[in-house]
Amino acid sequence: MLTEEKVTQLTETAASVRATVIEMLVAAGSGHTAGPLGMADIFTAFYFHILNHDPANPAWEERDRLILSNGHITPVRYAAMAHAGYFPVEECLTLRKFGTRLQGHPERERLPAIETTSGPLGSGLGQAAGYAYGARMDAKKFRVYCLMSDGEQQAGNTWESAMFAGDTKLSNLTAVIDRNNIQITGNTEDVMPLENLRAKYEAFNWHVLECDGHNIPAFVAMVDEAKAIVEKPTVIIAHTIPGKGVKEIEGDYRWHGKPPTADEAKRFLEQIRHA
Amino acid sequence: MLNPNAKLKENVFEKPDQAATRDGFGKGILELGEKDPRVVVLCADLAESVRVLPFKEKYPDRFVELGVAEQNLATVGSGLANYGKIPFISSYATFSPGRNNEQIRTTIALNNVPVKIAGAHAGVSVGPDGATHQALEDIALMRVLPHMTVIYPCDNEEAYKATLASVAVDGPVYLRLAREKTPVITTAGTPFAVGKANVLWDPGEIQVAIIATGPLVHNALLAAEELRAEVPVAVINLHTIKPLDAETVVAYASKAGAVVTVEEHQVMGGMGSAVAEVLAARTPVPIEFVGVHDQFGQSGEPAELLEHYGMGVSHIVAAVRKACLRRQVQSRK
Repeated sequence: MLTEEKVTQLTETAASVRATVIEMLVAAGSGHTAGPLGMADIFTAFYFHILNHDPANPAWEERDRLILSNGHITPVRYAAMAHAGYFPVEECLTLRKFGTRLQGHPERERLPAIETTSGPLGSGLGQAAGYAYGARMDAKKFRVYCLMSDGEQQAGNTWESAMFAGDTKLSNLTAVIDRNNIQITGNTEDVMPLENLRAKYEAFNWHVLECDGHNIPAFVAMVDEAKAIVEKPTVIIAHTIPGKGVKEIEGDYRWHGKPPTADEAKRFLEQIRHA
Repeated sequence: MLNPNAKLKENVFEKPDQAATRDGFGKGILELGEKDPRVVVLCADLAESVRVLPFKEKYPDRFVELGVAEQNLATVGSGLANYGKIPFISSYATFSPGRNNEQIRTTIALNNVPVKIAGAHAGVSVGPDGATHQALEDIALMRVLPHMTVIYPCDNEEAYKATLASVAVDGPVYLRLAREKTPVITTAGTPFAVGKANVLWDPGEIQVAIIATGPLVHNALLAAEELRAEVPVAVINLHTIKPLDAETVVAYASKAGAVVTVEEHQVMGGMGSAVAEVLAARTPVPIEFVGVHDQFGQSGEPAELLEHYGMGVSHIVAAVRKACLRRQVQSRK
């Protein structure tokens, strides 16, 4: 259980992460806005509470692994990692610039603890499952988390991996789906409907949980519940609001794949800082 | 003039033993099971056919069945390698690295994790299954990926050695394997080092260097034997297509003045193209390309398909004569 004080602290940290995301995107001049803002609470929960990790020793063998499948929301991961102490927050402004460790889509060999290279959708769950499978062979205690978008639930590879993880009962694997209902060209249910997502994962032998992805204590409780499920992998369908924290863009799919202008960023930051 | 240092079989030219490169791979994998606890074998519903069934039976805890899911074969392999295992992902080359090419590109090559990709049933010699199952573009797909090593063993024995050697390569490796039994020409004593071409036939003074890869190396030797009194040639087994042994290739090309490349693959993008890239930059000489010329295969018997698509001994002989002619024309200029 999180104390009230801890929840307040995490909420404040999430606001700082959101602000950093906006600053990064406006400096980069390209990138994705809606997804990173929508996942700021969950990334904050991971880096400031859930993960067993050591920012000073990113290669620590027993660390929990966080595999980001939908690499395009990587700005929020970079921001959360920077605030957690992996690297200076100022480095965030190098996002997408020549020579940066913070590639437009994350690359394993560029930045310690980024865990894997991702971007092309649908291939993260298989990697996380392979990682978890290998770790289980060696009776490792760490957990493997895989964060996915909802859009990539349209990819065949995702379901091949879901089938495999369900069959092999990878209980050391917890997946999280950012159910924000948007993808680059529209709302998911218009582009290619995903529902009934819960029933689909249940049919693939997964333990399925659902929560409000902005309710940090509720999310943390579900991650804890997943640790107690020993016969199946768990997926948490986290219902989020794309663009969360900036009223004028919340829920608007047109903000999936573009950055704010300098003027917009000013307004957005105002809102985020005074929420 | 067999190169004595290559320590080839004595019966190379007379009824050589027949064995498939996929079986050499299977033998290597089984041995790796014993030697290296990090080795894990993954398969997509083809364990018997790609010869990993004995491994599965002996090491069930280190065998992972993915079902008919080659994209997942690549991504789960990537995850296992990222964790610290050495996974061999095995299937037919048309499916892996064919169907799962993007997953190999991003999660294995760009990610730079040591997944070993075994692509069986490469080439038209797959035979009756027809074009859908005859990979002719897999070398091209793999050799353009940074970090990737590409090996195409010439026989069963070399496939065995290549399988063992691939584990020592710090990065991803593509092993190209064939379905059919083909002549066994090398022995346990034949040198094999990843990235080091083997000179198998070398009469000293040469007019054409035949650079061959895969089981067609045997046809190249037969062509050299046939041409013995007519055109002195060298035969080089370029088992590692990437990294390419530029020193050996350049040395023999410049010594000969003309080159013939031989491969059971599309000429576009294959081993011959790789050789041409090196020679164009370092020692431009006439090159004749024996291989498949922008066509798909079809059903048939392996030998008749190799003949039909222009990869028989007679085609190599003709290519050597043509290369020799072009060499003379060029030297007169």
